[in-house]
Amino acid sequence: MSLDLALLQEKAPEIASGALITTLIWIGTSITGAALGLIVALLRRYSPKPVGVGLRVYVEVVRGSPFLVQLFLLYYGGPFIGLTLDSIPAAVLSMTLYSAAYYSEIFRGGFEAVPKGHIEAATCVGFTQMQTVRRIILPEMTVLVLPSLVNMAILMLKETAILSIIAVPELTLVVGAIGSQSYAFVEAMLILALTYWALVEICGRLGRFAESRLSKFRFAA
Amino acid sequence: MTAAIKIQGVSKNFGPTQVLKNIDLEVAPQTVTCLIGPSGSGKSTLLRCIAFLEEASEGLIQIEGEYLGFTPEGSKRTRLPEQKIRAVRSRIGMVFQQFNLWPHMTALGNVREALVTVRGMPREEADKRALAELDKVGLSHRAHHYPSQLSGGQQQRVAIARALALEPKIMLFDEATSSLDPELTGEVLKVMRDLAASGMTMVVVTHEIGFAASVGSRIVFLDHGELLLQGTPEEVFAKPRHARLDQFLDTYLDRGAASLL
Repeated sequence: MSLDLALLQEKAPEIASGALITTLIWIGTSITGAALGLIVALLRRYSPKPVGVGLRVYVEVVRGSPFLVQLFLLYYGGPFIGLTLDSIPAAVLSMTLYSAAYYSEIFRGGFEAVPKGHIEAATCVGFTQMQTVRRIILPEMTVLVLPSLVNMAILMLKETAILSIIAVPELTLVVGAIGSQSYAFVEAMLILALTYWALVEICGRLGRFAESRLSKFRFAA
Repeated sequence: MTAAIKIQGVSKNFGPTQVLKNIDLEVAPQTVTCLIGPSGSGKSTLLRCIAFLEEASEGLIQIEGEYLGFTPEGSKRTRLPEQKIRAVRSRIGMVFQQFNLWPHMTALGNVREALVTVRGMPREEADKRALAELDKVGLSHRAHHYPSQLSGGQQQRVAIARALALEPKIMLFDEATSSLDPELTGEVLKVMRDLAASGMTMVVVTHEIGFAASVGSRIVFLDHGELLLQGTPEEVFAKPRHARLDQFLDTYLDRGAASLL
């Protein structure tokens, strides 16, 4: 048996379109997920207790079940509560809600890792709490959590493969279909793995680049 | 003359442990008050109460005649609004043992930051001011370095410049040299000496007994949360000494610092 590379060449436009959809959903939900996660972490830290407790429940519930299950529940269960979504909006919403729970935990850890003394120094020069958050805590925390953020983004990239089960025309669905239509599973899975790996590698490199650019902002611990 | 700092009956509890017991203390303007005492004696806590980083459990603190944090109301006290607390605290500059420079800003950025954010000074003017303050501590040539690129002594001098840029009336030093090795301690102590000579009101928590004896106008000795002794260095250090102070100073003599006394 030999690898049918001609097939892959022939199907390149379809594969590219799948890769594009994967990339768009991934980048989009990385931004919305991280933004929502940051809001959740901020509210848990600075808002009254009932809000914090509610958000903690959200985080625990989301972390408590597989993404696959949550995606199913939203897409197929949603209509029962009047929430009927097309596959792409359902994908974006579920990815956002799922990753935000994890991002919020990363940010929460980041907030706690900002040395108390740096906050006291801000208090002593007359900062309000808002000014302290904006000028000191957020920038310091970003440097600290960057590696974890990149790691989470990479995990979420691979979670996008699960979106194929609700027929989002992303990479796994497209390439999987090519494989089964042409009886070329090995070629299909190989190209799938290589494409994900390339995306992960790009993301990892960007992350390391950002880390090295920010390294001088780190304090010598 | 109004006292720069007036502390009346301040106590502080952390849970069941009482770390400050009914402290009364007045600091006259343009004097250097050195708080000394063994670890756990409450000297840092007292200083942090003066900066309102800790809230005294009981008692009142006035800064230049204005109440900081709490104001008396009959026999009780009420907490002042945040805005008022910030206004009174703005007369105080604080320097920490761990420097606490903000790592994502250059030396210049650290000194400029509050001028712009808190005082609303235009950035160019703030830069000029910040550079002048860095110059006073001998670091204008390091203005564009990040804290991670500076030595401990340099970081602490930047921290002093950061506090001074806001033109405080009172400077508090919380073991400002304790995390520096002896070589770097000297450069920070020199800055503090110059500041004292310029007439700044200072309260200094220190283990540098030599500095306290030579620069301090008043020495305050705390032990187990109580203010045991206070007076001029001559009064406090002259023999015969208070037994507990003698015991405390012995630990320094043990370390070969006899020549300092």
